[in-house]
Amino acid sequence: MTTAVRLRGVEKRFPRVHALRGVDLDIEQGEFFALLGPNGAGKTTLISILAGLTRASAGSVEIMGFDVTRQYREARRALGVVPQELVYDPFFTVRETLRLQSGYFGLRRNDAWIDELLDNLGLADKADTYTRRLSGGMKRRVLVAQALVHKPPVIVLDEPTAGVDVELRQSLWAFIRRLNREGHSVVLTTHYLEEAEALCKRVAMLKEGRVVALDRTDNLLRAGAERRLLLDLDASELPASLQPLLIGGEGRHFILDLPDYGDLEGILANLREAGIGIRDMSLAQADLEKVFLKIMNATTERT
Amino acid sequence: MSGFRTLLYKEILRFWKVLVQTVGAPVLTSLLYLLIFSHVLEDHVQVYPGVRYTSFLMPGLIMMSILQNAFANSSSSLIQSKITGNIVFVLLPPISYLEFFLAYLIAALVRGFAVGLGVLLVGLFFADIEMRHPPWILAFALTSGAVFACIGILAGIWANQFDNLAAVQNFIIMPLTFLSGVFFSIHSLSPFWQGVSHLNPVFYMIDGFRYGFFGQGDVDPWLGLAVVTPFVLLLSFLTLAMLKSGYKLRH
Repeated sequence: MTTAVRLRGVEKRFPRVHALRGVDLDIEQGEFFALLGPNGAGKTTLISILAGLTRASAGSVEIMGFDVTRQYREARRALGVVPQELVYDPFFTVRETLRLQSGYFGLRRNDAWIDELLDNLGLADKADTYTRRLSGGMKRRVLVAQALVHKPPVIVLDEPTAGVDVELRQSLWAFIRRLNREGHSVVLTTHYLEEAEALCKRVAMLKEGRVVALDRTDNLLRAGAERRLLLDLDASELPASLQPLLIGGEGRHFILDLPDYGDLEGILANLREAGIGIRDMSLAQADLEKVFLKIMNATTERT
Repeated sequence: MSGFRTLLYKEILRFWKVLVQTVGAPVLTSLLYLLIFSHVLEDHVQVYPGVRYTSFLMPGLIMMSILQNAFANSSSSLIQSKITGNIVFVLLPPISYLEFFLAYLIAALVRGFAVGLGVLLVGLFFADIEMRHPPWILAFALTSGAVFACIGILAGIWANQFDNLAAVQNFIIMPLTFLSGVFFSIHSLSPFWQGVSHLNPVFYMIDGFRYGFFGQGDVDPWLGLAVVTPFVLLLSFLTLAMLKSGYKLRH
């Protein structure tokens, strides 16, 4: 199967900034992929290169097997981009905007799909409103609809939920998830790491123009930070067999390392044998935010 | 070419939606020139034998409107799209730089012609207008309009803000068009200024266009066309090269 997005040795040098320093990346069809990194890591530059808005200084970029410069027509037809900036053309209504965008992609009668987009994005009653009169959240929805008019197999969302209310965020993700289930590949950048964790199967982390982590989200979570068991006991001393696992706590509060869920049963059995009762118990799990910070800090020390 | 068709349609729709500003206002401005200059000069100036000054003035005003509005359309559309950021809407789709060029060029011509036609229709109330050689009228309107449409595209892409564009408008477009013999025949100038006027390409545009109406002009219309056509080619080439390079559009 053709790779949805394929980057090889992509470099981008601006007059003052070396924005990308050799990025290799493969995103398969049907993936829900997150591109994470602090501000200035090169995420938006990377997306601009995919979209043909910026030209790479070196390396090759393909969308669905089409080179973004040599086969730009096919590549752009395969790609839908929701830009980060909240842009709109004040001269046109929502429906006009979507019809024009369809026309740019060579689609002359696209109203059935436009209506479906409007419905799914909660824009149906705004179809004949001028885009300049919409609220920020509504403008964001129009941008999403514009990116989807040509049903692109690859959808790129550059921080689509920045400054967007909870309701839109959820309806937007429900719709994007549906498109993903129907086979569209989705690439997402976001500062809300819990969003990436919930939605994306795979994650690439960028830092200073390099990919510093690239793995399945669950692998990153497992490897990136420890799982811990927090216990409140009715004894002030742990049984000897559990002492090696102890990594913190005070008084009757204990923090145990829990490398594997399977170990949980053994720990509980040990406590029972020792006749120690449990007052409270909880699991502290790694989240992507912790993993992210850990990876970003680790790479800082190295460079 | 459907991307081209839609972009052209969008560019025309853009000025059509604000017709009062984009066509009405420049027609009114020309009407004011017509009223004032003809009031002051009608009885004092006769440039060509048998042609009243008001009639003489009309073709120049029409051509000046075509040029200024062709420039205004492409330049203002581009700078607005760049500043508001919605230029990405036309950069993301599979539209080639040639399609991009043609769409902005033709839309600018349509706007120029719409204003030119408006000035002509209004002028008919004030002056007798004959059209002896319509092919010359059309030839100069098209080539000259195209030159200013190209300058508009170049300026719109080059400019970073409205100020840059206003500078081009005020320091290049306005002097070139005003000092080109719209309001007078250069034969009334001293030999030195006649020579200077011959260096202004807009002079040939106005003069050739006027020849189409009266069958007389300051220079042979073929010479005029021979001066204007290379400008069309040169500026088209420059604009296409700029668009192809992605200058200020694709970094």
